[in-house]
Amino acid sequence: MIKVNALVKSFGPRTALASVNLHVEAGEFVTLVGPNGAGKTTLLRILATLTRPTEGSMRIAGLDPIKAGEEARRTIGFLSHRTLLYDDLTAEQNLRFYAWMYDLDDGSSRITDLLEQVGLAARRHDLVRTFSRGMQQRLAVARAVLHRPQVLFLDEPYTGLDPNAAQVLTSLLTELAGAGCTILLTTHNLERGLEVGRRIIVLAQGRIVYDVPRAEVDSATFPKMYQQLTA
Amino acid sequence: MGFVRKVWAIVAKDVAAELHTREMISAMLVFSVLALFIFSFALDLRGAMARAAAPGVLWATVAFAGTLGLSRSLAREQQTGCIDGLLLAPLDRSAIFFGKAIGNLIFMAVVEIVLLPLFSALFDTPLLQSGVLIVVALGTVGYAAVGTLLAAIAVNTRAREVMLPVLLLPLAIPALIAAVQATGGLVDGATWAEVGGWVRLLVVYDMVIVAVSMLTFGYVVEE
Repeated sequence: MIKVNALVKSFGPRTALASVNLHVEAGEFVTLVGPNGAGKTTLLRILATLTRPTEGSMRIAGLDPIKAGEEARRTIGFLSHRTLLYDDLTAEQNLRFYAWMYDLDDGSSRITDLLEQVGLAARRHDLVRTFSRGMQQRLAVARAVLHRPQVLFLDEPYTGLDPNAAQVLTSLLTELAGAGCTILLTTHNLERGLEVGRRIIVLAQGRIVYDVPRAEVDSATFPKMYQQLTA
Repeated sequence: MGFVRKVWAIVAKDVAAELHTREMISAMLVFSVLALFIFSFALDLRGAMARAAAPGVLWATVAFAGTLGLSRSLAREQQTGCIDGLLLAPLDRSAIFFGKAIGNLIFMAVVEIVLLPLFSALFDTPLLQSGVLIVVALGTVGYAAVGTLLAAIAVNTRAREVMLPVLLLPLAIPALIAAVQATGGLVDGATWAEVGGWVRLLVVYDMVIVAVSMLTFGYVVEE
């Protein structure tokens, strides 16, 4: 579902990603952990077509996002700690706008279903700026999956969420993974990363330095190993 | 059809957001009316003097009020990362430009609808005539188009409020000069043929700016 070959991204003299290779199968839930500045966000933004790579190639759902950007973007959902929601629109207006952007035929029913799923049906006519951080992030999840993406990129989605809101997000992600959505999630929170992912990748200084199935990771010793890998 | 539908969705979204807050339109309107009164009193305009100064004062007011709105329009996209939401959507980048530019054009037009009758009354100048209205429309299209492109550049800089006028005004000079000259001519009773050169310059400016913006907007908004 995701194929990345020798991906390089430089910002002037600084190399953010140094020849990253990554293959993710359809339906996999991958957690990408790494310290601040490791290149996690840069990698996700390149995969989501928000940033152009300096070198290398990639395919998302069999499409080259650089050559077939519009088709590739139909298959991609993106969620970050920034909600990508308009504060001055209501929850429903935000989702309706994105439904138009993605040419959804069943926009109205899909919006109603999603708002109920994220527990915001009663607040659908309220402005987003009146929502708490947790409510905004739940609405952001609805926005990210509105068009039923095959691949979901999540960049530090738990930032600023209280434990209850984090639990709701985890449940939603588990449900999506169960439905066959391919998920690539970045976090610098090891505990959270191990909790949700089925494959763990460590990124350090723009390189993948560790890549194993979750079942092979020992939660007790992983933090120490992570320290060594990212030192 | 999909392209037009998405452009319309962006315009409708901007109008809906503005209807909820009214912060952009109210700032532009208050600024315009205040500028009008300040010019009116400062220059102590009467008779022929008023007619001579009116086109310049009108376009200076429109340009500065427009800059306020243009800056806010793109800042709204940047605030919670919404520009990423637009860039993630499966649409041609030029649709984002057209959506934002048409939205800005509508907000500037609303300000002008209030401004022109007030201006005519205060400066005793016949601005509410079809020729002047066409020139105002052409000038506003060019200003909104170039302003939308440059606001997209300025919004990514640290001093975006300062940067937009610094970038915009030099590039808008051809349109502003043509608009002032054409408006002045028509107010003085010149025929359409007599101001034709300035109007053609405005039309060419609009076409060139829209074409360049359409082609370059994607590079400007992408990292």
